[in-house]
Amino acid sequence: MLTILFDGIAYGMLLFVLACGLAVTLGLMNFVNLAHGAFAMAGGYITVVLVNKLGFPFALGLPLAFAFTAVIGIVLERTLYVHVYRKSHLDQVLFSIGLVFMSVAAVDYVMGSSQQFVQIPDALHGQFNLFGAGIGKYRLLIIVVCGALTLALQAILTKTRFGSRLRAAVDDQRVARGLGINVGVVFAVTFAFGSGLAGLGGALGAEILGLDPTFPLKYMIYFLIVVTVGGTASITGPFLASILLGLGDVLGKYYVPTLGAFVIYTIMIVVLIWRPQGLFGRVTVR
Amino acid sequence: MPIVLETVALDRHFGGIIATNQVSLRVEKGARHALIGPNGAGKTTLINLLTGVLRPSAGRIMLDGQDITPLEPHQRVRLGIARTFQINQLFADLTPLETLGLAVSERLGSGTDWWRLVGTKAGVVDEIVSLLERFGLTDVMDERTAVLPYGKQRLLEIALAFACKPRVLLLDEPAAGVPEAERHEILATIEALPKDVTVLLIEHDMDIVFSFADRISVLVNGELFVEGAPDDVARDPRVKAVYLGESLDG
Amino acid sequence: MTHPLPAQVTAQVAARLAARARWSPLEIAFWLAVVATVFFLPSRHLILTETAILGLFALSLDLILGYAGIISLGQAAFFGVGAYTAGLLAKYGLITEPVLALLVSGALATVVGFITSFLVLRGSDLTRLMVTLGIALMLREIANKFAGITGGADGLQGVDISPVLGLFRFDLYGHTAYIYALTVLFLLFLLARRIVNSPFGLSLLSLKGNPLRASAIGIAVNWRLVAVYTLSAAYAGIAGALLTQTTAFTSLDVLSFDRSADVLLVLIIGGTGYLYGGLIGAVIFKLMQDWLANITPQYWQFWIGLLLVIIVLVGRDRISNWTAPIRRLTARLARQPVADVSAAARKGL
Repeated sequence: MLTILFDGIAYGMLLFVLACGLAVTLGLMNFVNLAHGAFAMAGGYITVVLVNKLGFPFALGLPLAFAFTAVIGIVLERTLYVHVYRKSHLDQVLFSIGLVFMSVAAVDYVMGSSQQFVQIPDALHGQFNLFGAGIGKYRLLIIVVCGALTLALQAILTKTRFGSRLRAAVDDQRVARGLGINVGVVFAVTFAFGSGLAGLGGALGAEILGLDPTFPLKYMIYFLIVVTVGGTASITGPFLASILLGLGDVLGKYYVPTLGAFVIYTIMIVVLIWRPQGLFGRVTVR
Repeated sequence: MPIVLETVALDRHFGGIIATNQVSLRVEKGARHALIGPNGAGKTTLINLLTGVLRPSAGRIMLDGQDITPLEPHQRVRLGIARTFQINQLFADLTPLETLGLAVSERLGSGTDWWRLVGTKAGVVDEIVSLLERFGLTDVMDERTAVLPYGKQRLLEIALAFACKPRVLLLDEPAAGVPEAERHEILATIEALPKDVTVLLIEHDMDIVFSFADRISVLVNGELFVEGAPDDVARDPRVKAVYLGESLDG
Repeated sequence: MTHPLPAQVTAQVAARLAARARWSPLEIAFWLAVVATVFFLPSRHLILTETAILGLFALSLDLILGYAGIISLGQAAFFGVGAYTAGLLAKYGLITEPVLALLVSGALATVVGFITSFLVLRGSDLTRLMVTLGIALMLREIANKFAGITGGADGLQGVDISPVLGLFRFDLYGHTAYIYALTVLFLLFLLARRIVNSPFGLSLLSLKGNPLRASAIGIAVNWRLVAVYTLSAAYAGIAGALLTQTTAFTSLDVLSFDRSADVLLVLIIGGTGYLYGGLIGAVIFKLMQDWLANITPQYWQFWIGLLLVIIVLVGRDRISNWTAPIRRLTARLARQPVADVSAAARKGL
């Protein structure tokens, strides 16, 4: 039981790292970016190439995945996304679906359609025993890394000037601009960071979530659920929502295998009926 | 005259902010009742409460003696309260003809008809025509609302509320934002509204208020401050103080 | 300034309202051309059937997107319900006559649409997107889980479709299928056209444009949305059932996200809000698919994605400006006589 809980939490935290970029993008620029999963996929594949094919050590592969994906994020943001901010939600949806399709097909073409695995170091294979429960070493790593990232994010948001500018811009963009905050820069940096995190999450999660060209499509709904249930007003909302979803999914699949996959859908529907604005905060999509 | 619209100790708070505080307003049938007050006094909030867009935190709203507090906005319209908005809320892609046709069809119970064509129900066309004429929209009936001059849009805004044949018409700053050249038409149109329609008017422009209203209620910080005939209210020193802040000689 | 006499204005108003719904010559030409394909393009009936079905599917999306402003990423849910119902009815011999089975499949899709419509009422564009997407994915998951009945990933095998109305056997060249699909499309189109030109249809436009004001003039916004969403589900379900009946096969594919995304693209290409967008978009889409499939069969998705990105960057309104002359002709051809009366009146005649 402890093992299952542990797995669920690991899964949840992974989801959080993957989805938090989307939450901030949505809260900040009111932009529905369905292509967020593509950045995660990019991070995963970059790590595969670096670690498997080029022999980089795993510990280096992760931060490089972050860096590369962040760069891709900034490039796309400055060249394409920036033209779509002011458009209607429908246009944003069409645009991001278009990007997803392009990325899925491109990755299929370049890397093939079979599932890829990152060669994780031997030290991370297997489990060790804690209080009679089997704790997967890799999952422990995930929890540690994601936990550290979450704390770092919270610190950045609350203790740095950039963080306060970001929070101001999320709260009310016009007023923030009026105060002299360069919202464009805030957004570019945030988008890059969020994409980088997604990439890192993709790299970390390749082992657990499965990495193949259909990744963005498969997990799109998960990210969306995290953001809708968790709201975009804070970090804690999506965090708690991710943990809830992670636990729900893993517990559901373990105890009720036939219906396990429906747990997340049920959670989604229940939350949307009960609190359309999200469990934890306003989803500031106007 | 009998009271057609009444609020009983109406309260509304948003968290710690009290937007409406124990407001007991009574509007007589056929009245031209103006609601004035400084910015932020809660006038639009009161309109939103009357029309059902906001739920009160406490208190009741009565229309001709019937408690309408639990009713949804569209239900209140059916019972005879209609409003205009301070900033035009129109259907940008529809023409005035279509807009008014919609309201009239809804009122005549044809709103859910999916088989007949718009305008084929008896009386719809005649009512549309009379509305277009009354509000001076005949010459622009066929143009998309989005391209109409602001004054015409404002007239349509009022016409649309009037199309619901309300017993009580709530006008939220009808002349707001209208260029000088077009104000006259708006004011004349409001003056010409039938006497059996009760009008509750929010306005900032005192000229309009004093020429139009037969009763004035002053709202300050969400509370009814002073009420009475226009002359009495105009002379009341407390009203002057509220609008001008502390007395001028400090 | 002399005003037109009320009688003149009354005539104007009545004429203008009648003109909204009148069949324009371009529309008539369109349908004549469509009927002509039955006789003059016999070798293409198979792909034309697919096009007609896709057109009907896109029409269903237009009802909610173009007329009520609901963004849906899960229209495939209802398409799939219709498809599987028709397949199962035929396979297990529950209802063998195709038209009856079509109606039952549509009815079931309608019920699913009605039930899920309440989830679409609340929340913002994003929540609607999510809800519609989630429901479609959920149904796909259900179909997958019950692979024993649905055939799962392999698809529903052994579907045998009886002759339409007991008389018209489905042939190998798709002639019967095409005429069948086309007839269904045309009848449903007529119905949609009628609905769209009714007071109900006009109220949908108001919901799309300004739901706040709509409720302020007495419209029960939520019930209208439920009604149109349910109607759209019916149309999508019938389209799905048609697909199964004309191909004697169905699979999980009908419930996939790709299906929902494709139909959205089809409607966007053709333009929303004038009913013909779905049909025209289907034709263009199929032509493109045919052409691109010869060049790059495997990575077709890439070009679809690129097209979407380009459409958005160029601007949908700019694109629809290119088709605006045509759309003006289809919608408001009878404007001329009315405008003349108005101008004459202004001159005081």
